[in-house]
Amino acid sequence: MAEKDTSNKKIRVLLAKPGLDGHDRGIKVIATALRDAGMEVIYTGLRQTPETIVNAAIEEDVDGIGVSILSGAHMTLFPAILAQLKKQGVDDIVLFGGGIVPNEDKEKLEKAGVKKVFTPGAPIVEIIDFVRNEVGRNRADEKIM
Amino acid sequence: MSSGTLLQRFEAGDIRALARIISFVENQEDGYRELLSRLYRKPRHAVRIGLTGPPGAGKSTLVDSASRKMLKAGNDVCVIAVDPSSPFTGGALLGDRVRFKEETQGGRHFFRSMASRGSSGGLSGATDNVALVLDSFGFDFVLIETVGVGQVELDIVNNCDLVAVVLVPESGDAVQTLKAGLTEIADIFVVNKADRSGADRIVTDLTSMLMLRSGQKTHPTVAKNPNIPVISTDAVHETNLDELVNYFDSLIADRKESGEFDVRRRRQVLRKVSRLLQHRFMTETLQRSSSKAEIDRAVDSILAGKDDPYSTADRLFSETNLAPQSC
Ligand SMILES: Nc1nc2c(ncn2[C@@H]2O[C@H](COP(=O)(O)OP(=O)(O)O)[C@@H](O)[C@H]2O)c(=O)[nH]1
Ligand SMILES: [Mg+2]
Repeated sequence: MAEKDTSNKKIRVLLAKPGLDGHDRGIKVIATALRDAGMEVIYTGLRQTPETIVNAAIEEDVDGIGVSILSGAHMTLFPAILAQLKKQGVDDIVLFGGGIVPNEDKEKLEKAGVKKVFTPGAPIVEIIDFVRNEVGRNRADEKIM
Repeated sequence: MSSGTLLQRFEAGDIRALARIISFVENQEDGYRELLSRLYRKPRHAVRIGLTGPPGAGKSTLVDSASRKMLKAGNDVCVIAVDPSSPFTGGALLGDRVRFKEETQGGRHFFRSMASRGSSGGLSGATDNVALVLDSFGFDFVLIETVGVGQVELDIVNNCDLVAVVLVPESGDAVQTLKAGLTEIADIFVVNKADRSGADRIVTDLTSMLMLRSGQKTHPTVAKNPNIPVISTDAVHETNLDELVNYFDSLIADRKESGEFDVRRRRQVLRKVSRLLQHRFMTETLQRSSSKAEIDRAVDSILAGKDDPYSTADRLFSETNLAPQSC
């Protein structure tokens, strides 16, 4: 059938904070903003490992994973999450994130498969628009029975 | 990537397929009824345990500690945690996973957050179907955490074999105002945060309230079960968590033996069938193009004092092919 009834479908996003820094103000603001934009946001809290983030994303069947990395470890954490997604055979969950990331690193990460890296000061509407337009558009359409 | 249909992969134990099928059922995508029909015919054995209680009482923390005890004993355990959807935007912030410590030992574990999506009874309308999916996957226990808005959430009784009402030392007032409803839904009371002062007091209050009520004939389940246990726990330090899990086991075993377990399941299935029937009947009636206008006219007449809702419903029913021919 060409047209599916999509009325009950919601964009589902998992927000997580990998690594050791304990600042979750920013990500909580994003979580609330995405909720207010009509999305279902699963917040998993601080100090998540790439494994737990990807496992949670699979169980929650989310369209996208958003992470906040303020510790400076973005060049290890983003690739580790990408690697974990690949290891689990996931190719249709969008990874995005934010943090204090120099332009040069941002380009590298976006080339490596992070869909978008937001840097401090990015307006929230920009993040909402990104999630609305870019997340959840390439979910594999699998046959049920 | 992985081959086969989602259902085939689900049957082979694939977690991603399970997660996908849950969304499919939750979103009521095309074909979900056929899928559910298949699942209803598969062998299943999970016990459903519900946890309800005010926000912040420690439901998620208890679910986490209890599930790790159950896993360690070799059970496969899954969790459905429901949080409210905004009635205005439809969005939801699902935060129960924060309390979930990922490292587990023993059986298989699975955790799914659900938004209530317009349902007001403490669960989502799809919770029962999602629990069926998890049961069919082979889990031994499905733990269900309600929204917890502080009022009595009745959906949980219609979806679970056993309901734990979670309170805290500060819930004294709630016990006073909600006591009738609380005893009707509780199979066990958990006074959590027993590390704080006042826990003993509320345990005593609950116990004496239950003693009083056990003499009265109120609800069939209450009348048959005067002994609703009251247990105090500290979910963070896992005090009395083994005892709580033992209570779950023994209450379930007792009910299976007395036949009450099956009575409750029968009631739930019957309720589900009648709800579907009601829904079917309503949509069918409203779909006849004539009836929309007719209902509008009837409403006008009722407001004008020339008709009444009872006669209107009778008339609409008599116009369906369900009504006896003589009508
Ligand atoms: N002191 C104490 N705090 C607890 C206990 N159980 C949970 N908490 C804390 O209470 C807060 C709310 O817990 P949560 O499980 O999210 O409650 P829920 O809203 O009922 O799911 C968290 O900060 C928990 O760490 C307990 O037994 N003792
Ligand atoms: Mg909770």
